[in-house]
Amino acid sequence: MELSLISGAPLTTQAVGQVLSEQAELGDVVILTGDLGAGKTEFVKGYALGLGISESVVSPTFTIVHEYFGREALNHVDAYRLESVQEYLDLGLEERMDSSVTVVEWGELVRSELSPNRLEVVIEFGVKDDARIITLRPMGDSWLDRLTALAPVLAVITPVEERE
Amino acid sequence: MPTLKAVLGLETSCDETAAALVDEGRIVRASVVSSQIDLHARYGGVVPEIASRAHLELIGPVVAEAFESAGSTLNAVDAVAACSGPGLAGALLVGVTAAKALALVAGVPYVGVNHLEAHLYGAWLQNPDLKLPVVMLLVSGGHTLLVAVDGRGKYRVLGETVDDAAGEAFDKVARLLGFGYPGGPEVDRHARIGSPTAVDFPRAMRGSLNFSFAGLKTAVALHLREHPEVLTSEFGVDDIAASFQAAAVDQLREKLAAAADMVNATTLVLGGGVAANSALRSSVVELAETTGRDALLAPLELCTDNAAMIAAAGWWRLQSDGPTPLSAGIDPSARLPGSTP
Repeated sequence: MELSLISGAPLTTQAVGQVLSEQAELGDVVILTGDLGAGKTEFVKGYALGLGISESVVSPTFTIVHEYFGREALNHVDAYRLESVQEYLDLGLEERMDSSVTVVEWGELVRSELSPNRLEVVIEFGVKDDARIITLRPMGDSWLDRLTALAPVLAVITPVEERE
Repeated sequence: MPTLKAVLGLETSCDETAAALVDEGRIVRASVVSSQIDLHARYGGVVPEIASRAHLELIGPVVAEAFESAGSTLNAVDAVAACSGPGLAGALLVGVTAAKALALVAGVPYVGVNHLEAHLYGAWLQNPDLKLPVVMLLVSGGHTLLVAVDGRGKYRVLGETVDDAAGEAFDKVARLLGFGYPGGPEVDRHARIGSPTAVDFPRAMRGSLNFSFAGLKTAVALHLREHPEVLTSEFGVDDIAASFQAAAVDQLREKLAAAADMVNATTLVLGGGVAANSALRSSVVELAETTGRDALLAPLELCTDNAAMIAAAGWWRLQSDGPTPLSAGIDPSARLPGSTP
């Protein structure tokens, strides 16, 4: 199953992120995929809000990892500049991932190293300038259950289409 | 505090592994940056790109190179400084651990230095008699910061980015235009050929001292989706590079100008990797001239991350605060000290 929804503005993308993190569990991993300017960092801004993080979230492209502290700790990772899986492993994130939640932008490269229980979020450009198509793909039962439960909440923000 | 002269500085907060020897916080005797010398040829071995392992492999050779180039040894060092944050945890640990170990071996004080504060000391390295207050625009791949400097250790953060750093925007737009990495210099080069008025990209955050570059980056991405032909037309990418750069530089200049008026700055200081951008440099010089202020533009080797600024900041921190205990760790998300965000 996957959910597909249309975001008409950056704030809607943030709101989707916020809804998804309200029920965050320790050890959660979210992978974000999308072209430059699609709104991955916007999504994380909302995701951080849902975790009760008041600090403003900025892009971690150059610094690779930002750590924020709210209701749970958030690792905001950007694999954009990483050139190998080894470089990701060298970050030493694994030891703290069980006691925090982790969002990885440009995570395709390191997918093999991430938990099989994860949420994959794909953000694509829509037809209009501000329109984005957000696809949520749960991997593993925990995310499947949560996404099923959250679908009606997401539908309050924007129409949600469920696909097999 | 006994008289201190020579400080060894280490910088490993992000991509660069760097070591420098600086006397009395102002005389640079050696400044070695891993990416700027051919360590591979000299010391052999594979040099990985990012990650803490690269720092582990480079820190020894870089320190050795600094001593050799200054004609000095560890015995002649009076203190060891290292960048303790902000930066990537694993990377910071390499420099801090090495600095503490070297301080122990040499029997001299260790001092932890804030990376952002060290960039401000880059300005004092160039001009020790800087008349205060100054405003500094620190623009790099990881930081976009507008700071009023009222004195050593006395800073006010007037503005910072709410999303992408300026240098990140340059690199990502370079990628959209199909340029190589690092993209900043490529955008600069193409922009000299193109027309800055070809496309009217948005000037963000008018009326605020904070910066935003995500919207500008997205505007370029959308423009290229709607007009893919510019990627193959003559001067197409040059015009986009020039128009993007004009919007980015306008935003930086506008906020620098407002900040300078606000604090009545004597001097406009420009630092960080983006300070190498030719349009930004001439824009800041022109702004200084028209407003009767001085402009202090860091030379390229002090723009980008380096250890000379760490050693200089460390020397001053030792005068004001004394040594840092060896039990002190790193602070990956450190803010500028003595500042109100």
